[in-house]
Amino acid sequence: MRDVRSDFPILHREVHGHRLVYLDSAATTQKPRQVIDAIVEYYSSLNANVHRGAYDLAVRATEAYEAVRAEVATFVGAPDPNGVIFVRGTTEAINLVASSLGRVRVQKGDTIVVTAMEHHSNLIPWQLLAEAREAHLVMVELTADWQIDLAGYRRALERSPKIVTFTHVSNVLGTINPVADLTRLAHDAGAVVLVDGAQAVPHMPVNVAALDADFYVFSGHKMLAPMGIGALIGKPALLDAMPPYQGGGEMIRTVHDTSATYAPLPHKFEAGTPNVEGAVGLGAAIRYLDALGMDEVAAHERALARYALERLATIDALTLYGPAGDRAGVVSFTLADIHPHDLATIVDSEGVAIRAGHHCAQPLMRRLDVAATARATFYVYNTREDVDALVAALEKARTLFGYAHA
Amino acid sequence: MPDGDASGLTELYQELILDHYRRPRNQGSLEAYTRRVALANPTCGDELELDLLLDGDTIADVRFSGHGCSISQASASMMTQLIKGKKVAEARALAVRFNEMLHGSAEAARDKSLGEARALAGVAKFPVRVKCALLGWNALEESTRSQP
Repeated sequence: MRDVRSDFPILHREVHGHRLVYLDSAATTQKPRQVIDAIVEYYSSLNANVHRGAYDLAVRATEAYEAVRAEVATFVGAPDPNGVIFVRGTTEAINLVASSLGRVRVQKGDTIVVTAMEHHSNLIPWQLLAEAREAHLVMVELTADWQIDLAGYRRALERSPKIVTFTHVSNVLGTINPVADLTRLAHDAGAVVLVDGAQAVPHMPVNVAALDADFYVFSGHKMLAPMGIGALIGKPALLDAMPPYQGGGEMIRTVHDTSATYAPLPHKFEAGTPNVEGAVGLGAAIRYLDALGMDEVAAHERALARYALERLATIDALTLYGPAGDRAGVVSFTLADIHPHDLATIVDSEGVAIRAGHHCAQPLMRRLDVAATARATFYVYNTREDVDALVAALEKARTLFGYAHA
Repeated sequence: MPDGDASGLTELYQELILDHYRRPRNQGSLEAYTRRVALANPTCGDELELDLLLDGDTIADVRFSGHGCSISQASASMMTQLIKGKKVAEARALAVRFNEMLHGSAEAARDKSLGEARALAGVAKFPVRVKCALLGWNALEESTRSQP
C-alpha cells in the first residue's frame, strides 16, 4: 500500500512536542484531505435541502446524496441501494432494527441471541427490547481463544430465537468472526440476523450479499468519513414489512389528520433532514478506500498488528488479550500493575494516543477478568514507526513505575 | 527523567503516590459502618466504595475498596489517613481544600493540613485525571452531606 500519511493533515501536528502517533482508529479515524475537501466543496457549491426543492441546487444536492447511497451499496456488496438506509451511525442503525423489527417480530417469551464480545451499542438496544417485550436475552460465551463458542451458539439456536446478532470484528479482541457460517446456522434456526460491521467495513473487503446477513450496520467516522453518518444495510423485503422508526418529514407519502401512509424504501426510515454533508463525506471516503484497495488495507493492518504483537510480547510483564491466530488491527493489553489509564496518560506525553478503559464492552471485560485494558488500533496511515513509538513510550511507563529496563 | 519532567509525569507518579497505590492504607470494608457510599466513574470504569463509622460527629473509622488507576487509589488511601479521627466538619473542610489544590491553587498545595495528599498537587496539570483524584473525596462529601 502506498504511504498515505501526507493525505492526513492532522498527522502533521505535534502533541506535547512530539509527532502525533494516532493509535485509536477503532474509536474514530482521522480524515484525509480528500474527505475534508469534499465537505468544503459541498457547502461551497452544492448545499440545499434534499428531496423537496424544484430548483437546480436542490436537485443537485439530492443527486449527490443519492449517488452516495449507490456507492455504499456497491462498496459493501448490497444488491439494492433501496436497502441502504442512512443513519447517524452503528448505534442508531441497531436501535432502528431493535425498535422497529422488535415491535413486530419479538413477543413475550421469545429469545434474542447476542454474544459476550459485543460493544454496548449491540447489547443495550436488545436488553431494552427484551425488557419491553418480556423476551429472553441469551448471551453466547467465548472460547479460551476468544472466539464465539460454536457449541454454545448452536445450543442458543435450539431455542429458535427470533433475532440473532453478533459483531463481525471485536473492538477489543480483534477477533474476526465467521459471519457467513454463523448467519447460515441462525437462518436454519429461523432467526433474522443483524451483524455489527463497525470494525469490519473500514478494515477489510465486506460483501453483505455473500454473508447473507439480513441487516448489516456500520459507521462512517470509523472509515475516514465524518461523524454522524452511517448505514443500515437491510434486505428490502424485511425493511418493507417493518414499521417506521421515527416519524416526520421525508418519510411520508400522504398525511391525513389522524393517520398517514409512508414513503417507500429507503425514505421510510429517513425521517427529517438527513446528514447530506456526512453522506458526501462518506462517498469521498469510499472512493479513497476503493483507490487504496480494501485487500491492501486489510493486509497492511494485519501486518502491523502482527508486528505490534511481536514487539509488545518482548516487554516484560505485558499481557496481551485476543486470539492467537489471525486478527484485525486491534491490540489490547495490560502492563504489570500499571493501570491502563496511567499507561494512556504516560504514553500521551510522548505523543502516542491509545485508548484505556472498558471500550464499551463491560461484559467482555468481566470475562477477561480485568476492569480495563489499554488498546492500540491501526489504520491505513499507521506505520511500523508508530508501533516502535508505542513500545518506547511503554518502556517509559515501566521506568516511571519503578520497573527496570528490559 | 529524560525530559526533565517538563510534562509533570515524574511529579504525578512520584514514589509516595505509587506507594499508596501499591499498599493502600485503610483498604477493605467495615463490618459495622454508619455510612456507605459507592461511586463510579462511568467514563473510565473506576469504582470505589467508602465506609465510615461515625461516633457522634467524629469519624471513628474508615475503609475504602474498589479498583481504579494509581491516582484514584492513592488519593483515596491518603484521604482515609487524613480524615480518620477528625470531626466530620473538619473532614469536609479538607475536601474543599483538596478540591482547590486540584484546581491549581498554590496556596492550598502549601496547606500542611492536607498532609501526604499534597503529593497529588501535580494532578492539576492533567485535567482529565482530576476526576480520578476526586473520586474518594466525592464519596466522602456524599456520605457526610447530611451530617452536622
